[in-house]
Amino acid sequence: MHEEVIFAGFGGQGVLFAGQLLAYTALAEDKHVTWIPSYGPEMRGGTANCTVVVSDEPVGSPVTKYPSIVVAFNNPSLEKYEDEVKPDGLLVVNESLVIHQVQRDDLDLVLVPATALATELGETRMTNMILFGAMLAHRPMVALDTAEHVLLDKLGERKAHLHELNLMALRKGMELGLAQKTEA
Amino acid sequence: MPVELMKGNTALAEAAVRAGVEAFFGYPITPQTELLEHMSKRMPELGRAFVQAESEVASINMVYGAACTGTRVMTSSSSPGISLMQEGFSYIACSEVPCVVVDVMRGGPGLGNIQPSQSDYFQVTRSAGHGDYHAIVLAPSSVQEAVDLMGDAFDLADQYRHLVFVVADGLLGQMMEPAELPPMQPLRTERPDWALTGANGRDPNIITSLELSAPALEAVNDRLQAKLKVIRETEQRSTENMTKDARLVVVGYGTAGRIAETAVKQARREGMQVGLFRPITLWPFPEQRLSALTDHVEALLVVEMNAGQMVEDVKLAAGGQIPVEFYGRTGGVVPVPEEIYDAIVESYEKLA
Amino acid sequence: MTSAVMVEEKVVYERPESLADVATHYCPGCTHGIAHRIVAEVLDELGVRDRTIGVSPVGCAVLAYKYFNTDGAEAAHGRAPAMATGIKRVMPDHVVFTYQGDGDLAAIGIAEIIHAATRGENITTIFVNNAIYGMTGGQMAPTTLIGQETTSSPGGRSQTLTGFPVRMAELMAGITGSAYIARRSLHNVKEINTAKRAIKTAFLAQLNGLGFSMVELLSTCPTNWKVSPAEALAWVESDMVPYYPLGDYKVAEEVKPLMKRR
Repeated sequence: MHEEVIFAGFGGQGVLFAGQLLAYTALAEDKHVTWIPSYGPEMRGGTANCTVVVSDEPVGSPVTKYPSIVVAFNNPSLEKYEDEVKPDGLLVVNESLVIHQVQRDDLDLVLVPATALATELGETRMTNMILFGAMLAHRPMVALDTAEHVLLDKLGERKAHLHELNLMALRKGMELGLAQKTEA
Repeated sequence: MPVELMKGNTALAEAAVRAGVEAFFGYPITPQTELLEHMSKRMPELGRAFVQAESEVASINMVYGAACTGTRVMTSSSSPGISLMQEGFSYIACSEVPCVVVDVMRGGPGLGNIQPSQSDYFQVTRSAGHGDYHAIVLAPSSVQEAVDLMGDAFDLADQYRHLVFVVADGLLGQMMEPAELPPMQPLRTERPDWALTGANGRDPNIITSLELSAPALEAVNDRLQAKLKVIRETEQRSTENMTKDARLVVVGYGTAGRIAETAVKQARREGMQVGLFRPITLWPFPEQRLSALTDHVEALLVVEMNAGQMVEDVKLAAGGQIPVEFYGRTGGVVPVPEEIYDAIVESYEKLA
Repeated sequence: MTSAVMVEEKVVYERPESLADVATHYCPGCTHGIAHRIVAEVLDELGVRDRTIGVSPVGCAVLAYKYFNTDGAEAAHGRAPAMATGIKRVMPDHVVFTYQGDGDLAAIGIAEIIHAATRGENITTIFVNNAIYGMTGGQMAPTTLIGQETTSSPGGRSQTLTGFPVRMAELMAGITGSAYIARRSLHNVKEINTAKRAIKTAFLAQLNGLGFSMVELLSTCPTNWKVSPAEALAWVESDMVPYYPLGDYKVAEEVKPLMKRR
């Protein structure tokens, strides 16, 4: 197993945290992993993305031109990364915030209205967990169970009131992802 | 110690704390600021010294002062800040006081940007201040190696009473990767006999880089050069992968080195006899090992995140025996494995 | 034949232990020697010589570390306060002082001295102001007076070209972290004695952990002023003192009792 994942969206959408959750979960399962943010001079409101490489082997390059997985949180990210995904790669799209129609037909495409669903759950910030769950449904790099444990640990006591909501979002994403999975 | 997921900058800082650093002086600059921030919390809670200086000029001179007392001391910065510290480096090197400097390099010249770069190779290996000397320069390529080399840096600084750089780049500084920290070392209580500790029951100790008589200053230089010769002969470090049967060897350090490794493995899968040579010490440059490789390797391809700086050392080591090609990206652009692979193919096709 | 007569002699003047028994390189008539001596006397009187670390400047006093019988370091030009900060932070129980001239402190090193004071750095600075760059051969200093002729202000310092001489004591007194800031002069015995008392207060402030202290000393440079030593002393009084008035510019509340104790 070797996956190169890019999470991309706006600052404030929990893009970097989604990547960190994958990285921490991979570490919890003794896998090799790197996480790098793309950063600009602005502190708020710009684009945000991060690259996570998860592998059974030691990680060489922590950067990639052609990711095997892209999770696009918004329209600019989708437009930027659609062409970059490796053939037969996975593209997870936050359907709520995109107008761009995906042209590629050589990808495993998962469309999830994540922001709308998160709003229904009562917390727009759960968008990232819904997309994360959908991603895991199609590329089980790590176990959902491990991800849940790591998630609660990272949220900590200070965000205890958000534990249940995060887990619901994660599972909802997994459920929607599985529903879109075509059996080979 | 448990393996933790750590940001490079934070790992460098905590590794220094574990190595017994007693004082940190620095000035915020992206992309190394997390290092300073970590120190601002950790050093006071351990009862050690932390000062956010008014400039890099001041911070390196604070380092110089604290180093004169024989304590373990460090600063960290990024390329433009390192430029400002040049004066202090030179005084420190001539005075032969030990200290460690972390440079998390960014794109230049000028204010440049805050993206990862290796544009300081010349600055740290060649011209770290005026006068005739080289600093010891260590270049990790992973968070774990950054942790390990940080401890080594303090030991080398003490052993040789010399200036030691640990150079990373913005990518390594910002990257999170699993790493294991060493246990906390106790602070040293003994001070070396040359240190400024007060002339109590002994003649005064003086630390100066001033020597007005030319023959006397030449003697100072001779002593310095003799020390550097020993370092050059004994401290060269490098690592290599798949070089045994390699016809082409890619040479890269730090982040460029690890990205190149991915490209080299791809080339191997495509049946090319390619290997990787990664310098760990940039000064002394691992010329002995690289020179030995030229006996069976047909060409070298240097990959850097700059316009071609280390390539000059590689050419010196190759001694004109085999061709040395270069591939680099500048301005904070991080090369991806695919483009290095293309450069490998191009170089490989030129082999006889 | 005269018989030997035993005369009981009393020591009235001797070299302070904190002053090294060496000849200095200072020019005849220069008051650096006096400044060195009174600093050394203060270190002796406070009994701190064996735990004192001095930081020398770049300028005429570049070799001061050879003249004080204490541990010493030689800083880069203007950086003595930063270097002293580094030393003091790891050796808080030691007495740390910088000895700096006007080019070193008031030009190239003005950021370092101001920030040492803003941090309330618990060090003492002896600032020797002789209104000229001595070591490099008499160029204009930031403290050169308007109209004063130097090798880089031929015809006299012009305020339209070069602005105004900087009053460091006044400037440093405005900084909250300064505990004790004074200006004294070395042009006659009375002022020298006053200067010594100020230096003692400055070191006492440090010993009591009260923060940054600095004594500015108006000093002579007969060589580069191109006058005799006697004329130089007179010029300090007639021309420098009016522009650089003597006195205490900052005395923190906690410092006041230290001044009364004597």
